[in-house]
Amino acid sequence: MELFVFVAAALMALVGSVGVVMRNNPVHAAMSLVLTLFGVAVLFVQQGAHFLAAVQIIVYAGAIVVLFLFVIMLLGVDRAENLRIEPLAGQRAVAGAAGAAMVGLLTAAVLTSESAVLEDGKGLSATTLDSPDANIRQLAESIFGDNVFAFEITSVLLLVAVVGTVILARRLPKQPEAAA
Amino acid sequence: MSAVIEPTTSWFLILSAVLFAVGMVGVMVRRNPLVMFMCIELMLNAVNLSFVTFARARADVGGQTAVFFVLVVAAAEVTVGLGIIVSIMRRRTEATADDLSVLKG
Repeated sequence: MELFVFVAAALMALVGSVGVVMRNNPVHAAMSLVLTLFGVAVLFVQQGAHFLAAVQIIVYAGAIVVLFLFVIMLLGVDRAENLRIEPLAGQRAVAGAAGAAMVGLLTAAVLTSESAVLEDGKGLSATTLDSPDANIRQLAESIFGDNVFAFEITSVLLLVAVVGTVILARRLPKQPEAAA
Repeated sequence: MSAVIEPTTSWFLILSAVLFAVGMVGVMVRRNPLVMFMCIELMLNAVNLSFVTFARARADVGGQTAVFFVLVVAAAEVTVGLGIIVSIMRRRTEATADDLSVLKG
């Protein structure tokens, strides 16, 4: 059963990710991104990160992809682009080789250090029917306990992002020409 | 019956490596700034997956906390990035990543 869930979710994530890169219409690419995000969310649930799976669906699939679609439609760039043309000769071959090298390198690193991952944490509390909030409770204790400073700084980051975006995207009102 | 095969930590990590590489190739190959941006989200997700995997492997909730912060930073990043893309595309609707070389001083 575990294996079946893993294979199904991994296939979802991989098919979606290839779709993001290969589909020539930006709207289809965004839809493929949703598929990937759902697949990763299933893998989160499988590994006991229930809260993060929910946040992944709500924030990523819900908010961020909708934002992408909104911008695509707002700008009217929902036209298929011709992917046959390769403006820089040899770019795809080099990119493919770099990607394959990255997979090879990371896989080798994972396989050689398989036994080096030590189970030395304090333990993850599993979400069960008796304690449905175990995962959220533990995550909250970590965020509001050990990492409360980082959490507070996050609010500054979000504020800066919002103010910056407003300034970037706003059309400045025409300044009246200074009459001589 | 043979023994039941369970997905181990390495499986999840290799999957996340593949997802990361696909996103990386996407950023290098695609010309549309919006699609390049989606590929960056793909790479962030691959890293999130490996964080959650390590959280379970090491039985330490710190990995999940890191994913939480990555999600917040990703949301901020998308806001600013799309703001920049909107303000560029408003001037030239057919802009690709190549056209942005005109920004050189």
